[in-house]
Amino acid sequence: MRDLLLRGGRIVDPSQGMDAVGDVLLRDGRVEDCGGTLGTPDGAEILECGGLIVAPGLIDVHIHLREPGREDVETVATGAHSAAVGGFTGVCAMPNTKPVTDNQAVVGFVKRQGEAAGFARVYPYGAISVGQRGNTLAEFAEMVDAGAVAFSDDGRPVESAQLMRTALEYARAFNVPIAEHCEDMTLAHGGSMNEGLMSAMLGLKGIPAEAEEIYVIRDILLAKRTGGHIHLCHLSTKGSVELVRWGKERGVNVTAEVCSHHISLTEDAVDGYNTNAKMNPPLRTQADIDALQQGLADGTIDLLVTDHAPHHYDEKEREFADAPNGIVGLETALGINCTYLVHPGVLTLSQLVDAMSCKPARVFHVPGGTLQRGSVGDVTVFDPTRSWTVDPAKFRSKGRNTPYGGYDLQGQARCTVVGGRIVYRAAD
Amino acid sequence: MAGPLGKDLLGLASLSAEQITLVLDTAVPFREISERAIKKVPTLRGATIVNLFFEASTRTRISFEFAEKRLSADTVNVAVAGSSVSKGETLVDTARNLEAMKIDMVVIRHGASGAAKFLAERIESNVINAGDGTNEHPTQGLLDLLTLRSRLGTLAGQRICIVGDVLHSRVARSNIWGLKKLGAEVAVCGPRSLLPNAIGEMGVTVFDRVEQAIEWADALNVLRLQLERMQAGYIPSLREYNRVFGVTRARLERSPRDLIILHPGPMNRGVEIDSDVADGPHSVILEQVTNGVAVRMAVLYLLAGGRPELAEAAKRGGA
Repeated sequence: MRDLLLRGGRIVDPSQGMDAVGDVLLRDGRVEDCGGTLGTPDGAEILECGGLIVAPGLIDVHIHLREPGREDVETVATGAHSAAVGGFTGVCAMPNTKPVTDNQAVVGFVKRQGEAAGFARVYPYGAISVGQRGNTLAEFAEMVDAGAVAFSDDGRPVESAQLMRTALEYARAFNVPIAEHCEDMTLAHGGSMNEGLMSAMLGLKGIPAEAEEIYVIRDILLAKRTGGHIHLCHLSTKGSVELVRWGKERGVNVTAEVCSHHISLTEDAVDGYNTNAKMNPPLRTQADIDALQQGLADGTIDLLVTDHAPHHYDEKEREFADAPNGIVGLETALGINCTYLVHPGVLTLSQLVDAMSCKPARVFHVPGGTLQRGSVGDVTVFDPTRSWTVDPAKFRSKGRNTPYGGYDLQGQARCTVVGGRIVYRAAD
Repeated sequence: MAGPLGKDLLGLASLSAEQITLVLDTAVPFREISERAIKKVPTLRGATIVNLFFEASTRTRISFEFAEKRLSADTVNVAVAGSSVSKGETLVDTARNLEAMKIDMVVIRHGASGAAKFLAERIESNVINAGDGTNEHPTQGLLDLLTLRSRLGTLAGQRICIVGDVLHSRVARSNIWGLKKLGAEVAVCGPRSLLPNAIGEMGVTVFDRVEQAIEWADALNVLRLQLERMQAGYIPSLREYNRVFGVTRARLERSPRDLIILHPGPMNRGVEIDSDVADGPHSVILEQVTNGVAVRMAVLYLLAGGRPELAEAAKRGGA
């Protein structure tokens, strides 16, 4: 493989405390050197990065790839391609596939499909419980050996506190997080949007914030009891941020993520019964957005994710209450995060890279998240100010379900490098 | 072509006070047609209207059908049972198929909030919402407004309380929007478990006791208490509901004024309303039914591009 020299970009790598113009040299799939002016080795490919940000590759620890089972909606390959276009060099795929990724065979299959596709690295999740049914613990050890990096029953919560306790304890030996979808199903039952003024006006059953928060505090307490690592998925409420803060202050092994849509859109996006604004947890209020942004800024919330959830056009083209939850997000996340977090001054570019690259790698113990010498050659080159208009028809994902169609965003990936190899380069 | 109401009637939330008043004014002369021996005018001759009912309904469907027939439209009733919908056809396909048969209007009743709007955005025909989920039931709201206006003269400054299961009621939402736009003061009264949490933010007063509502109000709109609400655990029992929230004669006698009692039907006698109230002098329940046909005729007429002048002429005639 030819050497790759990323020349003259602004290197933003919080893992080394670096924010300076310089070169990055990749050799044999790894970072050979980083920072300062580097010479051009013979035969090296040169990527001019002047005026652009050069960051350790972005990692999204929460996406849905639908393979196996719903290859009509997304495959590992199309999802990994979509990730690369969005600037992601690594993604963690949730296990709510058909069949459920609850054994080493499916974990291995997803991992191999990712390797064969050759875009972003694909790290499978394993299910916490067999069939995600919430009864019996799935075989963690075998799944870890097959490549699982974390466990989750995402899409639904682990309703039994006892099973969650066991999962947190059992997972300690493998040093992997247990990722929880926080939702009290008895409170959320039948709900299709945030419970509040908008749900009252639209006549839709609401999901109260407490449906999430009750599980947030339950799981924090169980992590406190067991010493296990609880990772709280897609937090959406102010109360959740306060509860995570409470846990971290007490030294609980808790990490948390927030989706790009939850820091940028309120429940008002649902008005007119817009099924592309339907997701679970639902879009909340401005007070929640403010608290989530603040949580990111002060480190209470560790990671930014997409919860990329492709659905077929027909499935969203129906009555609101009957439409499936979720939106695609891989190709819009960087633009949304720059537009709603960096440009208004909520996060510095360094904090953004930390929340989208360094911390995901650290929390999920996956390669990357740094450009230190010797680390994997995963790099994202992006332009944080480049303006573009979201056109879902141009997505590489099979999914078109986004509430951001027609939005003008600032910030876009220009080049994505995985293992020293360019897997995506913006054409324009 | 868009008449004075636009292409569709989806709800009162999206109508202006002027548009609502226009419907009420137009309904007045249509009410007179139903009093004639020959209850038919040629206004919608040649127009095809489909009554598309995904939920069981007797009164609303019959009321629409009378309104359509008295305007000389050709009507087809499609009930969900026995149609291709029960074979798994999507709403959007149903709509497109109807449209391909070159119809002019669709009256839709559907269990999902937003279904009428969904349909309206996807077909050229006029769409009339005959009740969508727990969102709106605009023609019911309009007939309630007409009934109240006929009795009270004006709605501005009048106090109307909606009693019962506001959380699940499309009638309640249409009433709240319409009454507020016409300047009435609106309150709701019911078990807190059957009121939306954010109801106060919609600009209505909340009463926890029906006695307070009766003391405050000029009119009560008493909602049907669905049996399923008890089964779903929202209230302990129908018996207790009647004891706490039931509109009874004994309670009405404590009202300082002549209260007007509305009910959208069908009634659960002895649950939300006692028979001696439903059949008593305060009740305008059958007037509502009569006005329902007139209001629906007015809506059909206006959506078909009918001219507002009819309302003007009616006003000049002193109706």
